Amino acid sequence: MGFRFDLIWGYGPLFLSGMMFTIGFSLAGIVFGTILGLIVSFGKMMKNKWLSAPFVCYIGFFRGTPLFVQILIIHFGVVPKILGQSNAIVAGVIALSLNEAAYIAEVFRAGIQSIDEGQTEAARSLGMSHWQAMRYIILPQAVKRVLPPMGNEFISLIKDSSLISAIAAPEMTYVATEMNAQYTLVWEPYLTIAFIYLILTLIMSFIVHRLERRMATK
Amino acid sequence: MMIQVENLKKSFGENEVLKNINVSVEKQEVVVVIGPSGSGKSTLLRCINQLESITSGHILIEGADISDKKANINKIRQDVGMVFQQFNLFPHMTVLENIILAPMKVKKIARDQAKEKAIELLKKVGLEEKADAYPDSLSGGQKQRIAIARALAMEPKMMLFDEPTSALDPEMVGDVLDVMKRLAKDGMTMVVVTHEMGFAREVGDRVIFMDGGYIVEENEPHELFSNPQEERTKAFLSKVL
Ligand SMILES: Nc1ncnc2c1ncn2[C@@H]1O[C@H](COP(=O)(O)OP(=O)(O)OP(=O)(O)O)[C@@H](O)[C@H]1O
Ligand SMILES: [Mg+2]
Repeated sequence: MGFRFDLIWGYGPLFLSGMMFTIGFSLAGIVFGTILGLIVSFGKMMKNKWLSAPFVCYIGFFRGTPLFVQILIIHFGVVPKILGQSNAIVAGVIALSLNEAAYIAEVFRAGIQSIDEGQTEAARSLGMSHWQAMRYIILPQAVKRVLPPMGNEFISLIKDSSLISAIAAPEMTYVATEMNAQYTLVWEPYLTIAFIYLILTLIMSFIVHRLERRMATK
Repeated sequence: MMIQVENLKKSFGENEVLKNINVSVEKQEVVVVIGPSGSGKSTLLRCINQLESITSGHILIEGADISDKKANINKIRQDVGMVFQQFNLFPHMTVLENIILAPMKVKKIARDQAKEKAIELLKKVGLEEKADAYPDSLSGGQKQRIAIARALAMEPKMMLFDEPTSALDPEMVGDVLDVMKRLAKDGMTMVVVTHEMGFAREVGDRVIFMDGGYIVEENEPHELFSNPQEERTKAFLSKVL
């Protein structure tokens, strides 16, 4: 029996909508994860141990437990508690964003702390406040340095979004499992989505490289 | 009195680095600080503009106690320029941007006006053609002269120099010292940590010798170099002169 391109073609619209959902989940995770991650990294860097403790715990929990388990907890526990009913799309976005934030926070912190202390001292000695030094001196340099590791996190996120198929969020991997169930075909659905994931991650690394180049020349 | 340090003590953990320091610096005075490595020279300068918090004692800048919790340290620092051994230029900005940033953001001076002033300062340090260069493309001596211009752009009333020429190739040292000499001649109040004894002799009004966290001896340069009173001063000078 040959490779059933005809069946893949028939599933085309579903794969397309699955891909759009995958892209949507990934973008939501990237945007919310980055914003929240920035906040969490500043939280963790606070000098006061009591104030920084919750942020340290947050990062520890989300990096120390499987994303899959987090998805289950958020889908079956947290979202029904808040919305009164389960909602796979909401749960997927929340789980991916919270998880991404923990990783992004660590990337940011490492980036900020990698900037030489002398930079802050020079800025402060000119009369700049802590926040002015952060904004004009430290962050612009840190952003350049964190771009490559952030790109890696974003690529991981695109791939990890496949895990939310387990809660029947209508993304690409879920579409593939449906096709697998309907036709008892293995290669067609899974190779198709593998190929699409590859394209998406390649596009992501292309974008990150372009950004890096733009920043390097600036 | 521009700077008054009274009974200053500074410890890092158990390690007491400054042990009861008393110094005062008058307007337009150039005070040179010398002493062996680890004697606390950098720490003293860093305490004066609060890059290090002090353990006890008082530091007054133009009469205002900066160790007071209510003191506005950002405001005080505008009057106290600092030049570092490692330059600490901002590598993501051009020379011009390095110089105009603080005047614009801290003093809220308009860009054009800040730029005009920056060009004037660049002329003063002999580097006006480097306005649009990035720090990485400059030699050490050029970087340090830019760092001085950057500090001067805030129009400080006094300047602190922490071994400004120690990281430079010997042939670059002269250019930086020349800029500092001119600054001294123009009446800037300066505290300079340096190993350049020639500079101390030529422009110093007073030399302070520090060792082990104490000020061991201070005198006008000629006296201190030719007629040191303390054994430790003699031992140190015999090594460096
Ligand atoms: N941030 C710090 N934490 C702990 N110890 C420090 C710190 N900064 C300085 N010290 C210690 O304080 C002492 C004095 O250091 P300082 O840098 O003031 O000496 P210095 O006279 O400037 O020496 P050098 O000529 O080598 O620059 C040294 O023993 C040093 O190890
Ligand atoms: Mg030093």
